[in-house]
Amino acid sequence: VSVPECTASGTQSRDCVHELGASLGDSAAVSLRKTPLNPIHRALGARMMDFGGWEMPVEYPSMGGLVAEHKAVRAGVGVFDVSHMGDIRIYTRNGSPGSALAAVEHITMNRVSRLAVGQAQYSAMLYPEGTFVDDVIVHRLGADDFLLVINAGTRSKDIAWVREATKGFACEVMDLSDDYTQLAVQGPRAVDVIEALSGGAVRSVQSYWFTWATLCGLKNVLIARTGYTGEDGFEIYLPSDAETSAAVWRAVFDAGREFGIRACGLGARNTLRLEARLPLYGHEISETIDVWEAGLERFCRIEKSEFIGRDALVLRKARGLTRTLVGIEMVDRAIARDGYRCFSENGDEVGIITSGSPSPTLGKNIALALVPPALAAVGTTLYVQIRGQKSRARVVPTPFYRRAQRIEARPPKTEGGSE
Amino acid sequence: MTYPPTYRYTSDHEWIEVNGELGTIGLTDHAQCQLGDIVFVELPKLGEVLEAGKPLGVVESVKTASDIYSPVSGEVLEVNAALKDAPERINSDPHALGWLVKVRLKDPAELKDLMDAPAYELYIALPEKKGSR
Repeated sequence: VSVPECTASGTQSRDCVHELGASLGDSAAVSLRKTPLNPIHRALGARMMDFGGWEMPVEYPSMGGLVAEHKAVRAGVGVFDVSHMGDIRIYTRNGSPGSALAAVEHITMNRVSRLAVGQAQYSAMLYPEGTFVDDVIVHRLGADDFLLVINAGTRSKDIAWVREATKGFACEVMDLSDDYTQLAVQGPRAVDVIEALSGGAVRSVQSYWFTWATLCGLKNVLIARTGYTGEDGFEIYLPSDAETSAAVWRAVFDAGREFGIRACGLGARNTLRLEARLPLYGHEISETIDVWEAGLERFCRIEKSEFIGRDALVLRKARGLTRTLVGIEMVDRAIARDGYRCFSENGDEVGIITSGSPSPTLGKNIALALVPPALAAVGTTLYVQIRGQKSRARVVPTPFYRRAQRIEARPPKTEGGSE
Repeated sequence: MTYPPTYRYTSDHEWIEVNGELGTIGLTDHAQCQLGDIVFVELPKLGEVLEAGKPLGVVESVKTASDIYSPVSGEVLEVNAALKDAPERINSDPHALGWLVKVRLKDPAELKDLMDAPAYELYIALPEKKGSR
């Protein structure tokens, strides 16, 4: 059986299974970058993989593996090392006020001016063609001070692109990617864990807001109520030295023990985000997929007078879409995977699977696919070619999984209003 | 987990137990451990003729689909039908209940190319297993 091995292996249980596209995982010789928590992952016996040039944990067999990690995040809490993500600060230093705001409005598609200080938004940076440089979370640190959190595999490309695209603005661009250890603490009990470690500073922080608080004795830690799992959760930004990183990781574990906390790898991160229909760069979004095709118009303020990619998007919309992203569920007993080809009932090749996997929460085999709009209606039958056989699937509503009402620690009240 | 001393092993992490001209084939504990939670297995049909070193089927974990390679050439006499509804048996009992197929060996001399248990255990302990696909 094919069991790809990873250069990182020290002992027999440390080898890796490659995933998320061969392009990301086919290197045996290149030296991989490591996060400050790498020794901890190894000590936990994690299976490591090359993800965008980083040696990252795929799963922790010693803690039950991918499915157990996935379920821990849905039911309790899990912690992911996401220090490989990049961070770009764009701000104005005693220059002309508003320059950083104008720069970020220019390079991202969502409306930045709507953000209050302390608020964050999902957005994307686009090429002039309306396709994706990357998706990004924009945090407003100050009136004219922003933190953009970007993907690991696109880090150097993104930073070069941001510097170039903001040249005409009197703002500073700082690459802070190596300054932070980033942990994602995710799941319905994540709030209890972060609350305990921060001395009660975060329960009132709303989704897509952030705060600066003392966490594990560290002053001014950025704690954002964001994530990539479809659950409530937090992403915390710590100093990147190994001792601090390890100390906080252990403290998170201790605080989460009563909720069955598990270390979670990129494997569970992928199945969690897929169930929630969150896009992954290189799959649902890329330099050849535009905002309309990816179905991300909710985060695109086309009415903004100007941003890179806007004009092309207006044109593309007027011309009409040729493909759109849909969720599918396998009817036949088979698993659709990234890159598999899709066919219509009459046998025409109509599209491609962008991501596919068994869904641990639903117990079904799910996938996202780019297909013509005429085949996008819920209930439409599609066929996926899997090892030469056409297996039946049908279009279903997305997200595949939507979390129930937020769990609050206080007793339920009978109130009229909604959240 | 211990590797049964009477089995023979491939560099692709399959095992075969031979009884006369009958061979039972499965995946090793190391393989199931590397693959993670197994959710699907595709096996050959009865009567199909396998060739040593060629794919005999596919095993899928949550993360990935992988070919299974036949340790020997021969005709498929039986497949483990229980795996259709309980593929996780490959995880829980890879060397017994999780067996895949039984074949009639075409050429017992092919067994000479396989590893015995001590050699296989040494092989999987190597940091770099260049022989694996």
